[in-house]
Amino acid sequence: MADLTAFQAWIAACSESITAHADDLTELDRAIGDADHGSNMKRGLTACAALADQEDFSSIDAYLKKVGMTLVSTVGGASGPLYGTFFLRLAGPLAASEDVSAREFGQALRAGVEGIVARGKAEAGDKTMYDAFSPALEAFESAAGSGSELAEALRAAADAAAQGRDATEPMVARKGRASYLGERSAGHQDPGATSATLLIEAAAKTLS
Amino acid sequence: MKKLLNDPADVVVEALAGMAAAHPDHLRVDLDHKLVLRAGAPVSGKVALVSGGGSGHEPLHGGFVGRGMLDAACAGEVFTSPVPDQILAATTAVDGGAGVLHIVKNYTGDVMNFEMAAELAAESGVQVEAVVTDDDVAVQDSLFTAGRRGVGVTVLLEKIVGAAAEEGQDLAACAELARRVNAQGRSMGIALTSCTVPAAGKPTFELADDEMEIGIGIHGEPGRSTEKLAPARDVAARLVEPVVSDLGLERGESVIAFVNGMGGTPLLELYVMYGEVARLLEEAGITVARSLVGNYITSLEMAGCSVTLLRVDEEMVRLWDAPVDTPGLRWGG
Repeated sequence: MADLTAFQAWIAACSESITAHADDLTELDRAIGDADHGSNMKRGLTACAALADQEDFSSIDAYLKKVGMTLVSTVGGASGPLYGTFFLRLAGPLAASEDVSAREFGQALRAGVEGIVARGKAEAGDKTMYDAFSPALEAFESAAGSGSELAEALRAAADAAAQGRDATEPMVARKGRASYLGERSAGHQDPGATSATLLIEAAAKTLS
Repeated sequence: MKKLLNDPADVVVEALAGMAAAHPDHLRVDLDHKLVLRAGAPVSGKVALVSGGGSGHEPLHGGFVGRGMLDAACAGEVFTSPVPDQILAATTAVDGGAGVLHIVKNYTGDVMNFEMAAELAAESGVQVEAVVTDDDVAVQDSLFTAGRRGVGVTVLLEKIVGAAAEEGQDLAACAELARRVNAQGRSMGIALTSCTVPAAGKPTFELADDEMEIGIGIHGEPGRSTEKLAPARDVAARLVEPVVSDLGLERGESVIAFVNGMGGTPLLELYVMYGEVARLLEEAGITVARSLVGNYITSLEMAGCSVTLLRVDEEMVRLWDAPVDTPGLRWGG
């Protein structure tokens, strides 16, 4: 079970992790994109991590909505609307919850991932963040469905996200700027799948 | 890489402040939202044109704000699209009651952010139409890509549709004209060097001294293939042929021919390229109705150029010739 403090710790951990890996994300983006994913995500999550000190939030969903709006207005590029939509939709199913169970988080995660699909229209295998989010959601639902607690289900989700991220390396991109490279996009791990995995790994460390 | 900067994090805001200081008669800036606004906007009863995108393409878009072209430009971080708050602020700031046309280059981020902004603007009662430019023939337009990129045609479109708005055409007419211009224009570019995003500090891709990158975009993203550098006449043919063929240009048709510098190539070389382009068009029996040569949609300090051809009718030429008064493009009374 995770309360508002745990969710705020998650976002703080996201910010720490993205900041620590900002240069790696930018390097990955340099290979098949435009070398700004690390700096953009770092700017956005730094702003999100500061929210907890700037404002008193009355609920988890109000907090996550503010995180989503902050990402939309600070990240830019495609990542801003996509991650922003993820957190905005994540908030929906948690509206009445003060202490989130594995089952509730599963509903929220599904809503968040579906939001990414609605905004970005990506499919599995397009070499995008969805290739990390999709297996993570599947693993989470499977674990939670067989009775795992939140932390355990998130661990399974993080492992699945990492596998999904690694699987993007040989893929030929079909969405976003990397798609302009055609076959030349193969052989590089996708930056979006990489940052998505960092966010889910941060959840596994903080939400329990 | 040496750059004239203070703090790389401040480059966009400091450049906007510099623009405002340099062109007080043409524009003002909103540094909070990172907007360039036409002096005197909103113009009552006129359709407002709003564009924007990542910074690093100057003079696009901020340099094209002024009479006869854009009413507002939203500046994103370098090579990163602006965010919905900015676009919404620009849209409401310049709406003169006749609606707002968003001119969006076809990049995933730009399209998503402008879409979110248009949804928000509609909720606050502003009539918005959007047109997406996608003229880059280097990208296959298929289900397997994000679609063609918006490049050189964007400049020509902003000029032509800006003139239509200035003479009082309504939002539907401006949007229809914009789609017609986009449909009749194609571009192709090459790079001789990469470019360096200030915050990244090193070049986005590697290119040896004797190599060129064919089919580049405007964000320092690599192109379709790396080849040995060739003489200008051969490079011109590599750019003109796919554009002519994709447009289906035939003997006797007229175009606006636009040779655009990517930021790091001297005008001397751009005119060498234009000479080759003009010769190829003449051989193909295509008439150059108007031409434009210079650095208008750049990619920081990248060396290289793009060729854009726009099939024109009399109406488009008339609007092209109409007066324009912006920092980046200025002619007529």
